[in-house]
Order: sequence, then C-alpha cells, then structure tokens
Amino acid sequence: MHADEKFTYETWPAAPERATLEAKNKFLGFWFFLGGETVLFASLFATYLALKDKVPTAEHHLAKDLFEMPLVFLMTMLLLTSSLTSVYAMYHMKNFDFKKMQLWLGITVLLGLAFLCLEVYEFNHYVHEFHHTFTSSAFGSAFYALVGFHGGHVAFGLLWIVALMVRNSKRGLSLYNAPKFYVASLYWHFIDVVWVFIFTVVYLMGMVG
Amino acid sequence: MANQQPTSGNPKVDLEYRRRKNSEEMRYQVITFSLMIFLTLIAFAAVGFSDFSGWFIVPFIILLAVIQVIFQLYYFMHMSHKGHEAPQLFLYSGVLVGALTLLAFMTIVWW
Repeated sequence: MHADEKFTYETWPAAPERATLEAKNKFLGFWFFLGGETVLFASLFATYLALKDKVPTAEHHLAKDLFEMPLVFLMTMLLLTSSLTSVYAMYHMKNFDFKKMQLWLGITVLLGLAFLCLEVYEFNHYVHEFHHTFTSSAFGSAFYALVGFHGGHVAFGLLWIVALMVRNSKRGLSLYNAPKFYVASLYWHFIDVVWVFIFTVVYLMGMVG
Repeated sequence: MANQQPTSGNPKVDLEYRRRKNSEEMRYQVITFSLMIFLTLIAFAAVGFSDFSGWFIVPFIILLAVIQVIFQLYYFMHMSHKGHEAPQLFLYSGVLVGALTLLAFMTIVWW
C-alpha cells in the first residue's frame, strides 16, 4: 500500500494508522516519545510533591486555601469529554468518513479550548487574589511548572490538531494523513492521562490538606 | 486492493464485518468513558462530601486515578490491541524511571 494511493470506503484498510512503513515508524516513534513524556511529567510531579506548601512566610497561601472544587471539576469534565470525542473522530477515520472525523476533531478542539480558557482564568485568579505566583515561593514554582507545562501541552495539542484539520481539509483521507490524525489523537489522550494525575495529586490531595 | 485482514475472500462481507466490529468497539469505548466519569465523581465526592481521614482518602483517590489511566491507555489509546508490544515496553520503562524519580524526590531530596 502506498501513501498516495486513492481509496474508497470499500478499499480503505482496517488499520490505516499502521498500513505503510512510514505510518509504522510514526506509531513506534510516537510511543517512544510518550515514554519520555512520562518521565518528564513524573519528575515535575516529584518536584511538586517535594515542594508542596513549602512557603517562606505564614502570609503565603497554601494548597488548601487556593483550590476550588467546582472549577477543577468543570475542567476535568471538559478534558475527559474531549478525550471521548477524539475517540469518535478516530472511529470515523477507520470508517473512511472524513467529514465526520473533522466534525468530531472540531468538537475536541472546542472542548480543549474551553479547558485552556478556564486554566488561564484560574492562574489569573491565583495571581491577583492570593499573590500566588511563579516566584512567590517554592510551592508556587513547582505548582506553575507542573500545571503550566500540562497547559502548554494542551495548547500545543490544539495547534497540532487544528493544523492537521486545516492542512488536510481539501485532501480527504489517505494513508499519508491518517497516521498523522491517529498520532495526534494519541497525544490528546496522553494529555488527559496526565490531567487525571494532576486533578488527583495536585487539586484533590491539595484540598484534603 | 484487498483489505489487510481478508477473512471470507469477499470484500463486501469483510466490510460489513469490520463495520460491525468498529461500532462494537465504539460501544465499549463509550462504556469505558462512563466508567471513567463514574470514578472521577467518586474521587471528587470522597474529597468534597465525606468525613474519612486523609490517610484513607489519599491512597483511595490515587488508586481511582490509576484505574482510570489504565482505561485510558488500554481502551482509548488501544494498548489492548495486538501489535502494541513496543509501546508497552516504552511506556512501562517510562513509568519505571518516573516511579524511581518520585521515590527519590519524596524520600531523600529536600527532606
């Protein structure tokens, strides 16, 4: 099978994300990258746990003063749902339905964007209401490094998916771009995996005290 | 051009079979998603609306997070499918190094 071959619904392969050599390489390379990302986020989590609530003076706010459950809950639901919508997108990719794939990717992007806006609001709130900044304490540095790095991943993932959608909007599905969409969706799920640990370790454990 | 996994020699039958298999898998994905939402709700409720001590709640919500991440990896990211041996090697190596890092930082660094 060649990357530039024209396909129909009938001839589209069962596993388009791994049908060509390039696709197989992409798949393997991307999982290798995710292994590295795991280490990277683990070290940020380790730093956060070691420095949680380590503040220079008593006026500084601690985790239990900062975090509010409704906002975190809403952000979690948005990101979890966006993970499901990207599964729908890949379902339509496997069924060679380009339009529906684009539609579900679009919904994924909107949910991710809403998540990102809430995170910006949240950080802004901490900085202005609580004077909790990147440089105010070791706790602040560790918090913004971890959560901010995740937010950066969300922003990059959004740009990535939008770039793929725009670049391929008139091309339709082929074995050239199907692996690209697939790998981008893997990245999006990985962002969600990291968020599951962030809402548990940072926010929920922070509220417990 | 034949399908990757011809089963009957008749592409129309294969197609129907695959289509059905895809929609069956999608149904499982939706079930997985409902379970993930359910685990999330329990975790938030355990912190927000229960009187258990932190010594119970913290390990409990971490366990819920681990289960949820396994769902995400094995179903949403298809690690349960065939041909994911290398991804498993890569990811678990990452988890191992990550766990060592966490252990080191929480025990001997800065404390």
